[in-house]
Amino acid sequence: MAAKKSQQFDPVETLNAIEEKFEMVQILNEEGKIVNEEADPKLSDEDLQELMRRMVYTRILDQRSISLNRQGRLGFYAPTAGQEASQLASHFALTKEDFILPGYRDVPQLIWHGWPLHQAFLFSRGHFMGNQMAEGLNVLPPQIIIGAQFIQATGVALGMQKRKKEAVAVTYTGEGGSSQGDFYEGINFAGAFRAPAIFIVQNNQYAISTPREAQTAAKTIAQKAVAAGIPGIFVDGMDPLAVYAVTRDARERAIKGEGPTLIETFCYRYGPHTMAGDDPTRYRTSDIDSEWEKKDPLVRFRKYLEAKGIWDEAKENEVMEKAKEEIKAAIKKADGAPKQKVTDLLGFMYEELPFNVQEQMDIYKAKESK
Amino acid sequence: MAQLTMIQAITDALKTEMKNDENVLVFGEDVGNNGGVFRATEGLQKEFGEERVFDTPLAESGIGGLAIGLALQGYRPVPEIQFFGFVFEVMDSISGQMARMRFRSGGSLNSPVTIRSPFGGGVHTPEMHADSLEGLMAAQPGLKVVIPSTPYDAKGLLISAIRDNDPVIFLEHMKLYRSFRQEVPEEEYTIPLGKAEVKREGKDLTIIAYGAMVQESIKAAEALEKENYSVEVVDLRTIQPLDIETIIASVEKTGRAMVVQEAQKQAGIAASVVAEITDRAILSLEAPVLRVTAPDSVFPFSQAEQVWLPNANDIVETAKKVLTF
Repeated sequence: MAAKKSQQFDPVETLNAIEEKFEMVQILNEEGKIVNEEADPKLSDEDLQELMRRMVYTRILDQRSISLNRQGRLGFYAPTAGQEASQLASHFALTKEDFILPGYRDVPQLIWHGWPLHQAFLFSRGHFMGNQMAEGLNVLPPQIIIGAQFIQATGVALGMQKRKKEAVAVTYTGEGGSSQGDFYEGINFAGAFRAPAIFIVQNNQYAISTPREAQTAAKTIAQKAVAAGIPGIFVDGMDPLAVYAVTRDARERAIKGEGPTLIETFCYRYGPHTMAGDDPTRYRTSDIDSEWEKKDPLVRFRKYLEAKGIWDEAKENEVMEKAKEEIKAAIKKADGAPKQKVTDLLGFMYEELPFNVQEQMDIYKAKESK
Repeated sequence: MAQLTMIQAITDALKTEMKNDENVLVFGEDVGNNGGVFRATEGLQKEFGEERVFDTPLAESGIGGLAIGLALQGYRPVPEIQFFGFVFEVMDSISGQMARMRFRSGGSLNSPVTIRSPFGGGVHTPEMHADSLEGLMAAQPGLKVVIPSTPYDAKGLLISAIRDNDPVIFLEHMKLYRSFRQEVPEEEYTIPLGKAEVKREGKDLTIIAYGAMVQESIKAAEALEKENYSVEVVDLRTIQPLDIETIIASVEKTGRAMVVQEAQKQAGIAASVVAEITDRAILSLEAPVLRVTAPDSVFPFSQAEQVWLPNANDIVETAKKVLTF
């Protein structure tokens, strides 16, 4: 006897239907051609050039950081190559009033928001002066605990809403971060408060070595927004125009009081997880690497800009030279930072030092003066 | 002056600071319309509006992170964790995040958050409500941990905690919420954090305690008085940082000391106090410094609470050992 199909609601069909809805948004394809004319954000030539400059600069910064790390002149570093569109095109949709809560790989967005390069190097080297944020610079230092920044972003966004600011809180993590409780609490709280937040998950395919498929049965990370009752977008994270357009739209909705958005940028990190011994050949093949390299955000953007006649080799070289010079100067500045002392660190524990810390402060002052 | 219970004194302190500073926000699970499960926030939403007193979705980590973010926008958040046994859900936001904000940012940012939370045994709660977990908090550099033992102290300490520019964990013993009333001034006043108080003067023995154990220690001191022992009771009020000065002054006066805590014995506040005393006042001591604590089990199911919790009789028994050593 055939099973009686009496259910009004078919949960499997519903899930499949929802998953199919989350198609990847792409505007600029791998050949640098606009494939979605309607969605083209129509950036001015000047803006297009500026975004390209930032991406090229950041690729150089990544290469130099890796090399400095290998020479023992930099500390903790998480490579960024491959993620320039996800990081910098999303940031390009923001203003200085917007507040960024980054993960540890999100140093580039902080730099373009105003974090001085030499401070980024000091952060990498483990010097407290790296994270001393200037007044009015709307950022937190890079977060180490995966996902913790998501729920804090909701707090910042709720504060902005209460202050009636025309600004948003933007936070970043990877697809591994979307498995954390704080990810769900963050997007759910923000939805409940209609807080002006943008949650960006850079799905770079591997959480250290764990592949995307092992994180969740969900077809996309973006669809997790449905459970929180907020809009979710699945975007080509190697496409600067698409990432920019969806972030700009999310920001506009947030500013209008329409609440938060979850954005999944589908991308790839070419390098290791960090420079502290990760070997990507243990978990992915060079075939996978080269498939992704064909999608490179800089290459496709260069093709697009060259076709428009607003980019050439000379311009690119100029940016590369500028980046190298500024990196050199920033390293020199970072080298000049004073040696850290225990008394520096004790001094940051409380506004007014309690008895126990003060007592230890006196002991270390005496030791350090010897 | 009004006779208030501790819970009324806490509500009074919250109202006082909400009036004084428009950046003070109160939020948590059921704290809005419902006024909190113990009614600590009773009437606040009505008086100050939903913008400043609001319910959150049910997630403690979310509440902690929300507080950090709101503080970054210049607010002075006073979130409630409904029962302190739920703190494990919010440990990262507390220990990993707000306690380190000033340190991590080299002093450029801070987290002026006061987390209020009920804890403590003797009221027959289900599991994970009554545990004494203050030791976990006190072990985290960057936090201050306050535990009032009277309605008067609760008001003055809570006002100080809210005004403090560093994160404060403010733990409210459930047994003390309505167990007695005390004169509490209507006007505002503060009691400095990090300052203990001699709750009862004496010259033969110092009992150092906090929270609900202060009342038990006073009861014990009164019983010992009948046997001609003069016992001093020091109420720590803040367990991190400790008020070393007051503790040592009392021990130097009496020459004998013991520490009482409701918490399980292992790695506790009492152990820290004993170590401070032996570090700083060993030559004043006539006897070893003993402890009265609960045993090293997790907080018991409610039928066993009265067996597990330290009480005045236990304190008298240990006090005699110290007094007659």
